[in-house]
Amino acid sequence: MNALLLLIPLALALGCIGLFAFFWAVRSGQYDDIEGAAERIFNDDNEGGEP
Amino acid sequence: MTAAASGLQVAGGPPTLAGYVTRGADGLSAIDLFVDGIHCGGCVRKVENRLAADARIASARLNLSTRRLQVRWRGARGMADTIVAAIAELGYAATPYAQEDVTAADAARARTLQLAFGVAFFAMANVMMLSWALWVGDDGDMGPGTRGLFQWLSALVALPAIAYAGRPFFASAWAALRQGSTNMDVPIAAGVLLTTAMSLSETVRGGPHIYFDGALSLLTVLLLGRWLDQRARSRARSGVTRLAELAARPVALLLPEGSTEAVPAARIRPGQRILVAAGERIGADGRIETGETRIETSLITGEWLPQAAGPGDAVLAGMTNIGAPIVVHAERAGNASSVAEMVQLLEAAEQKKGGYVALADRVVGFYTPVVHGLALATFLGWWLLGGLGWQPALVHAVTVLIIACPCALGLAVPVTQVVAAGRLMKSGILLKSETALERAAEVNMVVFDKTGTLTLPAAALAPVPDRPEVRRLAAGLAAASLHPLARAIRALDPEAPALDGVIEVPGLGLLWAGPEGDIRLGSAEWCGVAAGEGPQAEAWLVAPGLPAIRFALTQQLRPDADRSIALLRATGREVVLLSGDRDAAVAPIAAEAGLDAWQAGLLPAGKAAEVARRVQAGQQVLMVGDGINDAPALATATVSMAPGHASDISRNAADAVWLGSSLAAVPEFLAVAAKARSIIRQNIGFSFVYNAIWVPVAVAGLVNPWIAALAMAASSLAVTLNALRLNRGGGGA
Repeated sequence: MNALLLLIPLALALGCIGLFAFFWAVRSGQYDDIEGAAERIFNDDNEGGEP
Repeated sequence: MTAAASGLQVAGGPPTLAGYVTRGADGLSAIDLFVDGIHCGGCVRKVENRLAADARIASARLNLSTRRLQVRWRGARGMADTIVAAIAELGYAATPYAQEDVTAADAARARTLQLAFGVAFFAMANVMMLSWALWVGDDGDMGPGTRGLFQWLSALVALPAIAYAGRPFFASAWAALRQGSTNMDVPIAAGVLLTTAMSLSETVRGGPHIYFDGALSLLTVLLLGRWLDQRARSRARSGVTRLAELAARPVALLLPEGSTEAVPAARIRPGQRILVAAGERIGADGRIETGETRIETSLITGEWLPQAAGPGDAVLAGMTNIGAPIVVHAERAGNASSVAEMVQLLEAAEQKKGGYVALADRVVGFYTPVVHGLALATFLGWWLLGGLGWQPALVHAVTVLIIACPCALGLAVPVTQVVAAGRLMKSGILLKSETALERAAEVNMVVFDKTGTLTLPAAALAPVPDRPEVRRLAAGLAAASLHPLARAIRALDPEAPALDGVIEVPGLGLLWAGPEGDIRLGSAEWCGVAAGEGPQAEAWLVAPGLPAIRFALTQQLRPDADRSIALLRATGREVVLLSGDRDAAVAPIAAEAGLDAWQAGLLPAGKAAEVARRVQAGQQVLMVGDGINDAPALATATVSMAPGHASDISRNAADAVWLGSSLAAVPEFLAVAAKARSIIRQNIGFSFVYNAIWVPVAVAGLVNPWIAALAMAASSLAVTLNALRLNRGGGGA
């Protein structure tokens, strides 16, 4: 039973980290352009060079 | 006149956008541009890389969903013009982005729903973890101490989450109740709050009936549906906004020193002078100061033939100048334009129509009393007749409310509408109003406007003699001009080489000194021939050794017009044509489209009255129109559609806007609406069957928390899957 005292807070803490990450993502505009973000992966940061 | 007009063009050049530039606190200049023609990540990359290559530009970010480009740079405001020119070189048109308020409100609402969904999902997952332990340990493996700990932990996670994630529902339900009405959110909020209160009291008492997981999964699923719904609608709205952006070209304001500055139409003040180039819409009401031209008034009056206009003539915002450049002396501010009278008609019509009560809200209207009555009966039955104490009897009664909470109902309608809106968007139809689909499903009469609705917005060339050498010559000359008639002539033979040294004489025509003598393409008078009949937009070609040839604009039926009308008839709907144009112009089009019910010469108020008469006679009317003169009729009809090029006021009045030139969008809209209605009805029917099965179980007091959770998830899944069927198969159109 002592395991519970460690595991449950651990599970909730992990969940909270995920929740805060989600809040940060929404607040910083990560969901504002879902289509564009999906396409950006194909962009070549190397300027001038065609992909 | 000629000299004045050509003088204006010299002074003009592209107007500067400096007025749209803002200065940030960091000393950087910034402008928001709407970039048209962006459709993939490659376009985004091209534009961003091109701008990033300029060392002065601090940042450039293009949003693919909204086509909005935010650029910030160090230096003068005038750089905005360089940026637009650079984007134009890449082949995209950039215009200032002005609809800040609409998109900002949408974005804020989307963010609220996203965050609420995130919180609900997090809490649901964690409470579910604890609930599983409670369900599995239900048969006695779990000691009362551990059970109490798990219940309290669930409450600790669930209570703040429900308070946060439930806000959209609580707020909406509270607003409805305060007005003495009810909507979908009232039973949802009641269900969630009762579930939470009962679970909390059970936790305190150490009882077994904990439904935190049920309340949270309900919120999660409903919030997801709401968010998708909001996203679909915001996308449709931004599509419509985009059309407005494109139409709301900046107005070229003439500055005292003779140059021009681009300003939003709303910033034009009476007494200012604006320059309207050939082919542009007039931005404000006023009088022509200089310039002889032809004005296309179809968006205002429904007449398709351009009218001649000269100094002293009144012009209205929304008319198109298709002749030579003119200077207009503004008499009213750009945002208080001509359409004041039209706006009054429009408001009157909208007030008369009143609120349409959505199907789901109507269902809830009688659903709520029935379910709440059942819950009361359960309580009284168990307490007075069943011999239970009042506390367990109350638990049974609340369980009935939880099970009967219209979760499937709350999800069935938005999900179906999201799927339907997505499907319509694929066909180029943007749905603006929430209840438009339901209203469209009942339509049994379709009323069309003529100019720009049944016919294409741009007039086409009337048939010309099929002599390739003549077409070639005319097209070669016409390449030198941007005049709409010249463009139409150019399209006769786009391959023809453009002739060198063509002189454009503004307001008159084109002149080319050929080897055998002058060749002219222009007005009858200038070419020295007798003008054709009527106030046509026409041009004559005179060349040595050739008879004079006339090119005239004519109205052209949209592709698919006759087929779409036949289709509407085949589905049992009456089709009527109401036009503001003259009899002689309407009759041939009506005949060509196969319509025998038509009326011509209607004023805007007359059109609205005709539609109102039919609506009062019990007809469900779909009005399709594009002009400012159609707006009151659009607002009067049961449901309305406008094509993408329509005037701002009509696009705003219409429930749906379609893109593209085919009229097939009209039957498609009605077909999808009918299919959506049948799916919504099936889903509502399904919810009733589901309740008919589970409510008696709940009344009998046999429901466990895990049964409630399972039943809720299963019903949500079922209605969602059913809604997805809308995407399959043809529209039945």
